[in-house]
Amino acid sequence: MEVMNIVVCVKQIPDPASPGALDASTHALKREGKLILDESDAYGVEMALQLVATAGGGEVNIVSMAPNGETSGMRTALAMGAAKGLLVSDPALAGSDALTTAKVLAAAITKLGGADLVIAATESSDGYTGTVPEQIAEVLGLPSVTFAKKVKIEGSVLKVDRQSESGYDEVECTLPAVISVTAGVVEPRYPSFKGIMDAKKKPLDVVTASDLAVTPTGWAAAGQKIVNVTQAEARKAGEVIEDDGEAFGKIVAFLENLKLI
Amino acid sequence: MAINNIWVFAQGSNGVATTGTLELLTKARSLSSKVTAFVGGDASAFAASLGEHGATKVYATGDLAGKLPGVALAAAMKSIIDGGDSPDVIMFPQNYEGRDTMARLSVKLNRTVLTNNIDLADTADGVVATTPVFGGNILVATAFSGPGPHLVSFRPKSFVAESASGGAPEVVAATIPDLGTLGGARVVATHTEQTTGPKLDEAAIVVSGGRGLGEAANYSMIEDLAKLLKGAPGASRAIVDAGWVPYSYQVGQTGKVVKPSVYIAAGISGATQHMVGMKGSKNIIAINKDKEAPIFGIADLGIVGDVHKVLPKLIEALKARA
Ligand SMILES: Cc1cc2nc3c(=O)[nH]c(=O)nc-3n(C[C@H](O)[C@H](O)[C@H](O)COP(=O)(O)OP(=O)(O)OC[C@H]3O[C@@H](n4cnc5c(N)ncnc54)[C@H](O)[C@@H]3O)c2cc1C
Ligand SMILES: Nc1ncnc2c1ncn2[C@@H]1O[C@H](COP(=O)(O)O)[C@@H](O)[C@H]1O
Repeated sequence: MEVMNIVVCVKQIPDPASPGALDASTHALKREGKLILDESDAYGVEMALQLVATAGGGEVNIVSMAPNGETSGMRTALAMGAAKGLLVSDPALAGSDALTTAKVLAAAITKLGGADLVIAATESSDGYTGTVPEQIAEVLGLPSVTFAKKVKIEGSVLKVDRQSESGYDEVECTLPAVISVTAGVVEPRYPSFKGIMDAKKKPLDVVTASDLAVTPTGWAAAGQKIVNVTQAEARKAGEVIEDDGEAFGKIVAFLENLKLI
Repeated sequence: MAINNIWVFAQGSNGVATTGTLELLTKARSLSSKVTAFVGGDASAFAASLGEHGATKVYATGDLAGKLPGVALAAAMKSIIDGGDSPDVIMFPQNYEGRDTMARLSVKLNRTVLTNNIDLADTADGVVATTPVFGGNILVATAFSGPGPHLVSFRPKSFVAESASGGAPEVVAATIPDLGTLGGARVVATHTEQTTGPKLDEAAIVVSGGRGLGEAANYSMIEDLAKLLKGAPGASRAIVDAGWVPYSYQVGQTGKVVKPSVYIAAGISGATQHMVGMKGSKNIIAINKDKEAPIFGIADLGIVGDVHKVLPKLIEALKARA
């Protein structure tokens, strides 16, 4: 294929370095402050850029759903080299479940004119439902390959090494298709200074759910409701010792005590 | 809501039902008098053990012949449901096949999904699933609202498999409808990594290594130690992503869940995603040079030290005893 148009789904999440917390009233993950590009999606963006470069034509576009018109994570993907972005931001979407998220992202992909290939991560770092990519594929009526760890395009066929529980499978798939990629598949590039400057001028549209003709369901109709949050039984720390050169003996004694050696 | 009919997404491996499947069946029969197993594949070799664990009916698709499971199995389940056998709840394992099938089915049925759970209850609030968050420190209980079938998946080892001494189930053939363009992906070759020794998720002792080992070659210390202890070697995701060891070694949220008698973590920081996969271990030993490493918060024996010093001495000491 000479022209490959790829859409990458990029989730914008609270910085995982700062400890997470649940909102006291809704029990949902708190999502305030600046959001960043989920590292899991940086792999998808990089893979898309490489596939388009190999094809010799086409572009990488990005879609995201996030509250408060948040675009900083998308700018990172644009700075890496994506051409344009479409953000769906709508207060009515707060509390959406994975299925609604997938319907919204599928509609956003269609609004961008569709794609030869849609890329997502196997799971997001903050929600890790792990179902959104496969749900997007079903909404769009496309085949899909999840857990892709190596991807090549030959003609109009996608060739994927798909991670399995005990090794990997070689999978061939017709295009258009949806894939989810594992972490570590490629080495995401760091945006260059020029990339960061250019990204500020790249097109990034913000639309609402109704612009996409998707009925937002939000808290009321997500089909699920948090009823209780409790503290799990904590595991207590035991003895911690500094190694003085003989600490290995402590481990031997510990195992002996349990009659394991 | 009363649960009258539960399906379990059942799997077999080398002609036997997986432990995960038997765990789900055990839970299912405690919630519902009618339990059906759905098998994406040939169930003839293990239908009896599904029956023994509580399934009175087994749907089986027969060999998938290169089809990717998610699309094919969701389509087969949808046709049975459309045909009139609609369950209240479908329990899936939190693994590749379970996850993909559940996701596809959720769109076909227009139903929400609840993933990564460790428990399920039939309560006054409805059907409630429990999931651990923040490394398992907090448990969130979520009720399904709206009509079933409720789609819910469970982390391995959430329940203990017990036989119900049930008899042979009725086995019914499930048909995979024509998939059209959705069936555009096909498996053309399968590669299996050779492993020796006990399986990671069944071993009595697990020795895992992390980025603190410094480089791939040092992983041999983990393998040596595991072998001496007749245990299985494991890994953090950091070194799986770095390509030091295959994914099948990974312990954690996106890897295996292990509950051995002893878990030894060497050069592993103890990220929440690692801890959810191993904090159910009976005993935890951690070796880390940083005394602030979170892993020490859950270790029964913590050694603040350099893996390059502690591990070789430990290996020598164990060899001397052998
Ligand atoms: C969605 C998602 C899913 C994930 N799933 C998993 C999962 O399933 N499993 C998993 O493990 N991770 C998972 N992770 C990754 C996780 O967040 C951590 O990045 C990972 O566990 C870190 O691995 P590590 O402890 O080996 O490396 P690091 O966090 O880099 O820790 C290395 C440790 O080694 C110590 N060290 C360094 N040198 C020495 C030495 N010479 N001697 C002794 N100690 C030394 C350091 O003090 C440090 O504590 C996931 C992340 C995300 C976002
Ligand atoms: N709100 C979102 N915006 C963009 N992409 C998303 C969003 N939610 C999920 N995704 C994509 O779907 C993947 C899996 O998400 P999840 O099912 O939540 O684990 C993520 O890694 C993203 O690639």
